[in-house]
Amino acid sequence: MDGINLYKLYHFDEMFDDISKPHSCYMDYNEWLSCEEPRNLKKKQIEANEFFRKVGITFSVYGDLEEERIIPFDIIPRIISEKKWLAISKGIEQRVKALNYFLNDIYNQQEIIKAGILPLELIKNNDSFLNEMIGFTPPGGIYTHIVGIDLVRTPNDDFVVLEDNTRTPSGVSYMLENRQTMLQIFPELFDKIKIKNVTNYPLSLLQSLKECCSINKDSKKIIAILTPGPHNSAYFEHAFLADEMGVELIEGNDLKIKDKKVCMRTTQGYKPIDIIYRRVDDQFLDPLTFNPTSILGVPGLMDVYKSGNLILANAPGSGIADDKAIYSYIPDIINFYIGEKPLLKNVKTWRCSEKAHLKYVIDNLESLVIKEVHGSGGYGMLIGPKSTKKKIASFKKKILKNPNKYIAQPTLELSTVPVLTNKGLCSRHIDLRPFVLVSPNGIKITPGGLTRVALKDGSLVVNSSQGGGTKDTWVLEEF
Amino acid sequence: MLGKTAAHIFWIFRYLERCENTARLINASHFISLTQKQNIANHWDSILNVAGNKKPFLSKYGAINKSAVINFTLRDKTNPSSVLSSIENARQNARIVRNNLTKELFETINETYLKLSEIFRRPINEKNLLNTLSIIRTKCQLTRGTLHGTMLRDDTYIFARMGSFIERADNTSRILDMKYYVLLPSAGFVGSTVDNAQWENILRSVSAYRSYNWLNEYEFNPSGICKYLILDERLPRSLIFCNQNIYENLIAISKYYNKNFRSLSRSEKFYEEMLNLTIEKVFEEGLHEFLVRYLKNLFTLATIIETDFRFYR
Repeated sequence: MDGINLYKLYHFDEMFDDISKPHSCYMDYNEWLSCEEPRNLKKKQIEANEFFRKVGITFSVYGDLEEERIIPFDIIPRIISEKKWLAISKGIEQRVKALNYFLNDIYNQQEIIKAGILPLELIKNNDSFLNEMIGFTPPGGIYTHIVGIDLVRTPNDDFVVLEDNTRTPSGVSYMLENRQTMLQIFPELFDKIKIKNVTNYPLSLLQSLKECCSINKDSKKIIAILTPGPHNSAYFEHAFLADEMGVELIEGNDLKIKDKKVCMRTTQGYKPIDIIYRRVDDQFLDPLTFNPTSILGVPGLMDVYKSGNLILANAPGSGIADDKAIYSYIPDIINFYIGEKPLLKNVKTWRCSEKAHLKYVIDNLESLVIKEVHGSGGYGMLIGPKSTKKKIASFKKKILKNPNKYIAQPTLELSTVPVLTNKGLCSRHIDLRPFVLVSPNGIKITPGGLTRVALKDGSLVVNSSQGGGTKDTWVLEEF
Repeated sequence: MLGKTAAHIFWIFRYLERCENTARLINASHFISLTQKQNIANHWDSILNVAGNKKPFLSKYGAINKSAVINFTLRDKTNPSSVLSSIENARQNARIVRNNLTKELFETINETYLKLSEIFRRPINEKNLLNTLSIIRTKCQLTRGTLHGTMLRDDTYIFARMGSFIERADNTSRILDMKYYVLLPSAGFVGSTVDNAQWENILRSVSAYRSYNWLNEYEFNPSGICKYLILDERLPRSLIFCNQNIYENLIAISKYYNKNFRSLSRSEKFYEEMLNLTIEKVFEEGLHEFLVRYLKNLFTLATIIETDFRFYR
C-alpha cells in the first residue's frame, strides 16, 4: 500500500502507533496489507459491496419509503488484542449485571432511591419508566436479555462507555454479515491470523432465551421474533435472526390472545407462543395498555405477560436503564449493587437539570456535545465545535427553556482506524458496540461486536442513518 | 408456518411465473412480426388484451405500436402486471419471508430483481429485446430450479408450487382466450397464411410450437391446438397439467397437515371435470365461454386455498 505517508493521525489510532509503526495487534495484518496491490484492494472493496447487494443486506431510512440502502462496509478490519478484550468484557459484564439489578430494584423495592443515590424525579417524570411494571418481576429476574454497550476509545481513558442500549439494540446482523463477507473475500487472512469466532451468536441467543423459561423445562418452547414490519429500518436484521435461529418472524396482525396465551395465525389455525424476542418499542406493544393507536402490537399482551404466560425479551420498561438522564448515575449504580468500582468508565457528563452543571454547559457550549435525554440515533444533538454561532444560540434557548431535557458531554477525541478510500488509506473515527446476552445462567458476550465508522473525514457521527459505515471487528486469539 | 408466510410464498411464485409467461408472450409476437407483414398490429393489440390493460395503455400512449407495447408490458411501473412490477412484487414478498427461504433461493430471486431492474432502466429496443426476454426467462427458470434443488419438501414448497400452477393455468387460459376467435372452427379461414401465423403465435407463447409439430407433423388446426393446450397431460403448460399439479399439491398438503381441506375436494372436482372433458364439448360450449368459466373456477379455487390456509385471516 502506498500513500501511507499522507495518513492523518488525530489522537489515538487503532492501527498505527506512529505512521511507520503499527500496534502489536496489527503487526500480522500490516505485514499482509503492505504486500497488497492497491488496485487489488479496490477490487475487493467492490466485491464486498456486491456481496451486500446480492445478499440483500439493506436498510431503509425513516421518511424515505422508496429507497433501500446498503450500509457502507469497509474492508480494513478493526483489530483488538485478546488482553484488551478481556478487560473490556469484564467491564461489560459488571455493568450489565448492575443494570439488571437496577431494573429489578427500581420496579420493586426502589432501595436505590431510599438510599438517596438516585433522585426520585428521574423516575417519576420519565416516559421510559413503566408504572405497569411496578411489582412485577419477569421470569428468572432478567429484564434486559439482549444488551448493546456503546464504547469509544479516547486517548486518556482508553475504552469508555458512551451509551447503554437496554431496549432493542440493533446491528448484530451487520456484525455477523461483516464477518461472512470478510471470510468470503479474504480467506487467506483467516489462515494467517487467528480470530475469535462470532458466528454462534444466533444459537447463543436462542439458548439464552430458552434458559429464561423455567416452566415445563423439557417441553419444546415456541419462540418468535416480533417485528414492526418490512418498512422498519432494521427489518433485514429481524428476518436474518429469525432465519438463523429457526424461529417465526411475526407482526402484530399475526397475533391474537387465546386462552390466556399469545397465539400466532398459522396455516393450521392459532398456535401459542412461549417466548417473544420483540423488536417493537414498549409504547407499541399493547394498545390496551400503552399507545391506543398502535397496530404493531397485540391488545391484551401485557395481561398475558403479567400472568406469567409469556416471556418478553427485553422486558417492557427496561429502557429506563439506558435513559440518558440515568446514564450519569451508572457508576453509582454499579457501586450500590455490586460494591465495586466500575471497570469501564463513563464519559464525563453534565446534567442540565442541576444548576451548577447548567451554568457550566451554557458557558461552554462551543466545546461540548449536547444530547437530548430521550433522543437516539444521533438525532437532536449539538456538536459544539462543529456547529455555527447561530445554531449554538438557538440551541442555548432550547436548553434554558427546558434544562431537564438535556445533558452535556465533552467533545470526545474518538480513536481512528484506517479506511480504504480512492486516495488510499485514510483515518476515520470509530466506536464499538459489543453485544451481550443475559440469562439466569449467566452473561455471554460475543468477542468484538459492531465497529461503526464515520466515513467523512473528521466526523464523529457514526450512525448508519447519517452516513456511517461498518467494519469487521477482530478479537485476536493469542493465548 | 404462519398463514401470512404461506400467502407471501404463494405470491412470490405467482409473480415469477407471470414474468416468465409475459416474456414468452412477447417473444412469440416479436417472432411473428418479423416473419409476417400482415395484421401485425393485431399481435400487439392482443398482448394488451391478455393482461386486460388496453385502456390504461391507450390513455398513456394514444395508439398501439410495437415499441410502446413492449416497453409498457416489460418495464412500465404504472402497469401493475408489467414484468418490472411483477419482479418487484416477487422480490418484496421474498424479502418479507426470507427467513423461510433457503439463502440460495432468496439470493436468486434478489439477483433476478437486481439484474432486471438494471436492464429496465433504459428503454428496450429491437436490438436488445431478444436478449432481454431470454434473461427474463432463464432467470425465472433459475429461481424454479433453485426452489427444486434447495428447498425442504414441506408446506413452504407446496405453497410455492401451488402459486406457480395457479398462475400458469391463468396465463395459458388468457392466451387462448385472446385468440379464441382465430381458433374457432370455420371453413373459410383454414389454411390461410394469417391463421397459420396466429396459431404459431399461440403455440410459441407457451413454448409448445416444436413439440406440437413433433407430435402432429405440422397438422395445424384449431381443434388440434386447443386440445393440446387444454387437454394434453404431457404438456407442462396445458390447463389439465396445471389442474393435475394443483390437485396433487393439495393432496400433499392434506397429508402433511393430516386434514382434508375444502380446497382439496374442490380441486379434485375441477380436475375430474377436466379429465372427462373432450375438445368437442369445449367447442360445443363455445371456446370463449369455456375459458371464462375456467378462469372463474380457478379464481374460486384460489380464494378457497386462501381461506383454508389462513392467508389473511
